[in-house]
Amino acid sequence: MSVRSLTCIECPIGCSIEVTVENGEPVSVTGNACPRGKLYAENEVICPRRVLTSTVRAENGELIPVKTDKPIKKDETFDLMKKINRVVCKLPVKIGDIIVENITEDINLIATGNAEGV
Amino acid sequence: MKMNYDLVIVGGGPAGLAAAIAAYDEGIRDILILERENKLGGILNQCIHNGFGLTRFKESLSGPEYAARFVDGVLARNIQVMTETTVLSLTKDKKVTAINTQNGVFVLQAKAVVLAMGCRERSRGALNVAGSRPAGIYSAGTAQKYVNIKGYMPGKSVVILGSGDIGLIMARRMTLEGAKVHAVCEIMPYSSGLKRNIAQCLDDFDIPLYLNHTITKIEGEKRVTGVVISKVDENKKPIPGTEVHFDCDTVLFSVGLIPENELTKGAGLELSPRTRGAVVYQSRETEVEGIFACGNVLQVHDLVDFVSEEAELAGRYAANYILYGKTERDEVRVSNGKNVSYVVPQIIDKNIQGNVKLFFRVTNTFRDCTIIAKCGEQVLLQKKKKIVVPGEMESMLLTEAKLAEANGEIQIELEEKI
Repeated sequence: MSVRSLTCIECPIGCSIEVTVENGEPVSVTGNACPRGKLYAENEVICPRRVLTSTVRAENGELIPVKTDKPIKKDETFDLMKKINRVVCKLPVKIGDIIVENITEDINLIATGNAEGV
Repeated sequence: MKMNYDLVIVGGGPAGLAAAIAAYDEGIRDILILERENKLGGILNQCIHNGFGLTRFKESLSGPEYAARFVDGVLARNIQVMTETTVLSLTKDKKVTAINTQNGVFVLQAKAVVLAMGCRERSRGALNVAGSRPAGIYSAGTAQKYVNIKGYMPGKSVVILGSGDIGLIMARRMTLEGAKVHAVCEIMPYSSGLKRNIAQCLDDFDIPLYLNHTITKIEGEKRVTGVVISKVDENKKPIPGTEVHFDCDTVLFSVGLIPENELTKGAGLELSPRTRGAVVYQSRETEVEGIFACGNVLQVHDLVDFVSEEAELAGRYAANYILYGKTERDEVRVSNGKNVSYVVPQIIDKNIQGNVKLFFRVTNTFRDCTIIAKCGEQVLLQKKKKIVVPGEMESMLLTEAKLAEANGEIQIELEEKI
């Protein structure tokens, strides 16, 4: 049994959380101010995930801000960055448009900015 | 060209947008937003990371997504906008001189003005770091614009001075785009950034944070070739013998933000030496009637959600001023006492109905402390806090009833655990 100390990243409060781990499984979580903190801490032990934000090139050279619509596995971050940096997207683009479907698992890469393409 | 407006808003970032929408919804139709960039949204456009809007929208948005919600609100109301237009000066009688390539220099007469120019970064010059002056030295926000808007990397091998949020965000961003970030140095014993940004921007990528450290030398002739960092003592003086050298081609400065108040000063408005923003009433009206200030030009906020909230206050009261004119005031000054570095607003007008939320920062990290609002010896309100840090703005709500009890200056102070 071991205790891991974490900083919750779910909101700007940044709770200091302690999670007790037994055989690689979270057994108890303390220090969290809300249920999201508990979930975050448990996931950190099982499989840490992050929403990845970056930019992709549009066909006219403009940059379009993008994010994954769900958190990706943290250890896939740099593989996905390589994929994202190869994308050339068509214009126009609206917030929420899917830029790459299922970029990993069932997770899409979506636009977080609007671009007309003029 | 139309030269008279009810309301002119200087700046089309989060503060200006929210102020415009709030003024419109209060009944003002004749509004003009002046923005110097080619699109609305301000600095949010380059803040492509997520985490915005958790307070306001209960979801985690990227900067452009957060901005779009307000830009859409402005467009839906048909509020007039002039982009690529720079305001050159402002007078107390609300004449706004601006310039753009279509109209040249022009002077607008407004009934009310909202100042929403935001803030800018402190530079290397403000810190007097020794060494040569090679290429490769950027403010973190400039690097952010290069990477996220222009699409090129300012360097491959980076040391960052200052652990403000922009510096932390850029440590992650540069790493994601393939750079090696060797270190983030912070002269203070604590980071001024959010704890979650230490976790998700530094710890996630094994980037070391050197607290109580500063850059003591920048090396390189044409391009940065390295830096020397040193540990500092309790007086922030570098300790000889603690120097560590890093080879790098880029140095980023993330060493604080300063409200951009040249226009405000030019108009002859009083600035607070503590916030470096205008002195305001709870309505965010400055001491010049009809001129309001909100957002980072008034006080540097940690979260855009609070910028929007403050700007809505300014927009609403600017609308009231346009509709009903000047009102009689009953003033109470608010000041910072022990262990508190500033309070906004600096003046409360007791004739304005409603509760007043006071915003302030503390001077140091304190645990198990009490924050007290006092009027002379009388305690109006006190609030216990487990932990407060200078990097996070605090607030306190003074109810109308409590305010009625105050018959002199109100002071906000922090009492340490005894």
